[in-house]
Amino acid sequence: MTDTGTTYREAMRTAIHEALATDDRVIVMGEDVADYGGTYAVTKGLAETFGTARVRNTPLSESGFVGAGIGAAINGMRPIVEIMTVNFALLAMDQIVNTAATLRHMSGGQVGVPIVIRMATGAGRQLAAQHSHSLEGWFAHVPGLKVVAPATVRDARWMLPAALADPDPVLIFEHANLYGTRGDPGLDPVSLTGAEISRPGDDLTIISAAGMVGKAVDAATQLAADGVSVEVIDLRCLRPLDSETIRRSVDKTHHALVIDEGWRSVGLSAEIAADVSEACFFQLDAPVGRLATVEVPIPYAAHLEKAAIPQVDDIVAAAQRVRAGGLVDA
Amino acid sequence: MNLPLAPVRMLGDMIRIRVFEERCAELYGQSKIRGFLHLYVGQEAIAAGIVPQLSADDALLGTYREHGHALIRGVPAGQIMAEMFGKATGCSGGRGGSMHLFDASRHFYGGNAIVGGHLPVAAGLALADVVLGRISRVTACFFGEGAVAEGEFHEAMNIAALWDLPVLFCCENNLYAMGTSLTSSESQTDLALKAAAYEMPSWVVDGMDPLAVAESAHRAINTIRGGGGPVFLELRTYRFRAHSMFDPELYRNADEVEQWKKLDPIQKLSDLLLEREQVTAAEVDEAWAAAKDETQDAVDFAEAAPLESVDTLEQHTYAGTDQ
Repeated sequence: MTDTGTTYREAMRTAIHEALATDDRVIVMGEDVADYGGTYAVTKGLAETFGTARVRNTPLSESGFVGAGIGAAINGMRPIVEIMTVNFALLAMDQIVNTAATLRHMSGGQVGVPIVIRMATGAGRQLAAQHSHSLEGWFAHVPGLKVVAPATVRDARWMLPAALADPDPVLIFEHANLYGTRGDPGLDPVSLTGAEISRPGDDLTIISAAGMVGKAVDAATQLAADGVSVEVIDLRCLRPLDSETIRRSVDKTHHALVIDEGWRSVGLSAEIAADVSEACFFQLDAPVGRLATVEVPIPYAAHLEKAAIPQVDDIVAAAQRVRAGGLVDA
Repeated sequence: MNLPLAPVRMLGDMIRIRVFEERCAELYGQSKIRGFLHLYVGQEAIAAGIVPQLSADDALLGTYREHGHALIRGVPAGQIMAEMFGKATGCSGGRGGSMHLFDASRHFYGGNAIVGGHLPVAAGLALADVVLGRISRVTACFFGEGAVAEGEFHEAMNIAALWDLPVLFCCENNLYAMGTSLTSSESQTDLALKAAAYEMPSWVVDGMDPLAVAESAHRAINTIRGGGGPVFLELRTYRFRAHSMFDPELYRNADEVEQWKKLDPIQKLSDLLLEREQVTAAEVDEAWAAAKDETQDAVDFAEAAPLESVDTLEQHTYAGTDQ
């Protein structure tokens, strides 16, 4: 991440602005998206430009307005629905899982739901246990949904148009700590599928997503000083997972470490570790390592919160254990 | 009174539903239909009195007790039956079954089996019509009184009223949410009052009287098409059969059911029209015979229909998997 360039927040806002300006079917709806500008100021100023009919404040009714977004999507619109944080999305779980994800299949292909649902995720701002969780993996479990997690300014800028062009429901998870990060959004569209190599390397593959990618890259820099060449993969898309890119990397490095800001048990890291173990079993020189958030509701106090989430030093230590052939948490 | 629908037509439509549903019960007993099966017997006046008043562009959403609404909307009986047989030519390709009938070409959006879950979706369909400037379109949303206890009911009512969305909320109050009576589950059993709390025009309708249903629906739809925002109708009705085929009906007594059966909307309208000489006995018989033919043709269609190939199992999960 650099100190110059566009912020992740601005990149996202530019994407929404462009969508509103170029497609009459696009509306933005959610809690305080209009005058307030969104909890994380992503939609700031858009209501002034496009009016409150298209940048539409909703009541505090997550299930109600996500369901309304689904209905609007069925009926010819391309709604961008903002949910303040993934914890609040649980109030709309019914609409997301029982309606958005099922309608196409349940109707025999007649009814698609081209909705985009954006929400903040992740810890690190001392917001405690009802505003800090990383539940992307829950949604990535569900057939019928597409789940992406932009980790870069480029993806923050370009995943939205790809999501709007997609005929199926797309959930965009924006790590709240990334909004102020800067980078070059570039000029080229991106795909909604496929992982990317954030930093190439030869000795160990670190698989990460969203807020963990930057930490993994920092850890890789430290490890390089110790002579360990780390390849960092930014998953970008949690559903569908890009197993092929992971496999190619692990076939080269023979070591894999999965970093997840979600909890370890029955989570995303378990899925990826299992996938690597199945696909690369005979290429691995050591058991697949996993580093995830400590199994506790995220606490408020800064030092406790920091201890709960994987930090750069934790990643370095875990990488060294994998390199040494040991189990990370054993 | 100028009737919005010809009573003879309503009688015929109610008979079509009745015959179709009774046949479904038989087919369930023969294991031709599986899963959950919820029959509309007793409540026919509501679908027959409201659905034909919607225009082709209007949208409809129903619950898992939606065969009647689909039939009156014009979804071919054969496709409905084939869906319940789990066949490829069913109206949802065998993916939905009895609870999930769909026909996008007729703006029939289910067949929804999460109680209250389709109410916000109805508001959204109407929102799209408003934002895209498709004036005078209506979205009709049917649900049972059990939905009133769900948070999604209240969220949807508030959003629809707040944004003046053109939704006709049709609450079919049959007194029991499965086996839970209204009086044992609601502190306020006058459901129209709940809608009124959202500043929405709302009133109670005798749901056993198709003429009253049609008249109220006509008034409500005119209000909505005229830009008056949403309207809520509490249609008081009763299901003569069990909740589903698995229901031993331990929660209500036989006397109560018998009392309500005396209000059978088909019998009452039939008697009335005969008395007024608006139909002949022969014409009533013909309506029953035509409904039996339609249902038999539907069963024949469903029996002959092919099963979907297992090779297509993963289709329709995403647009890219459609073929």
